[in-house]
Amino acid sequence: MGIDFEKQLEELKKKVGKLEKGRKDKMTLVVFSGDMDKLLAAMIIATGATAMDMEVKLFFTFWATAALRDPKKNVKGKNLISKMFGFILPKGAKKVKLSKMQMGGMGKAMLEGLMKKKGIASLEDMFKTAGELGVEINVCEMSMNLMGFKKEELIDYPKMNICGVGTFLADAEESKIQLFI
Amino acid sequence: MTTDELKNLKANQTVDARGTACPGPLLAAKKAIGDIESGEIMEILSSDEGTKHDIPKWCQKMEHEFLGIVEEDSYSRLFLKKA
Repeated sequence: MGIDFEKQLEELKKKVGKLEKGRKDKMTLVVFSGDMDKLLAAMIIATGATAMDMEVKLFFTFWATAALRDPKKNVKGKNLISKMFGFILPKGAKKVKLSKMQMGGMGKAMLEGLMKKKGIASLEDMFKTAGELGVEINVCEMSMNLMGFKKEELIDYPKMNICGVGTFLADAEESKIQLFI
Repeated sequence: MTTDELKNLKANQTVDARGTACPGPLLAAKKAIGDIESGEIMEILSSDEGTKHDIPKWCQKMEHEFLGIVEEDSYSRLFLKKA
């Protein structure tokens, strides 16, 4: 009896060891805010986490989805309310506003000037870097639908899916770190 | 390692991340580490203060051996040995 247990323990240890070796730490962020400063924080954490050898998934929902719009792309066939939403909300990462000190665009311009001087990457550059590093962006289908955004007007990004809360929950459950920004 | 020992160390790879801010130096280190073999030395040049805390933590996580820092006038040189 005792011998059997020891044998089983050894086998289990081997199996766990194998699993641990192949497992990569994961991080999942909910990116909710459409504010430039918060988006910047999310993207810095996301790209930094890839350097820490983590698999990173971002779930873009509500106001944050507007930052994924490509200003060069136009989509036809929207109804009046969708068109209005599209007009009011920022069209892409370059147009998002600060959560504080926006001052009609003056604050943002000043901050961007400072960022450049101090070698801090712009939000647009951060999206590009994140794409190169394999950060996955999942976009909330419901938010897209609500705001009248279409998949065709989003930026070209290597790993991007349109999905629902189930995807986020499944990813978050497997992640060591989950943040809501 | 002492500062003198570090100064005499010959790095197999030098990453110049001066002028970039967080997370620039970290991403540059991640990119460059793939170009060297296990046991080889990498040197990271950074003018970002935070890097001095970040790189040792990164080494801990990635199991590289952090060797130390040499301070220059306007930047730091960080040394590590790849796991």
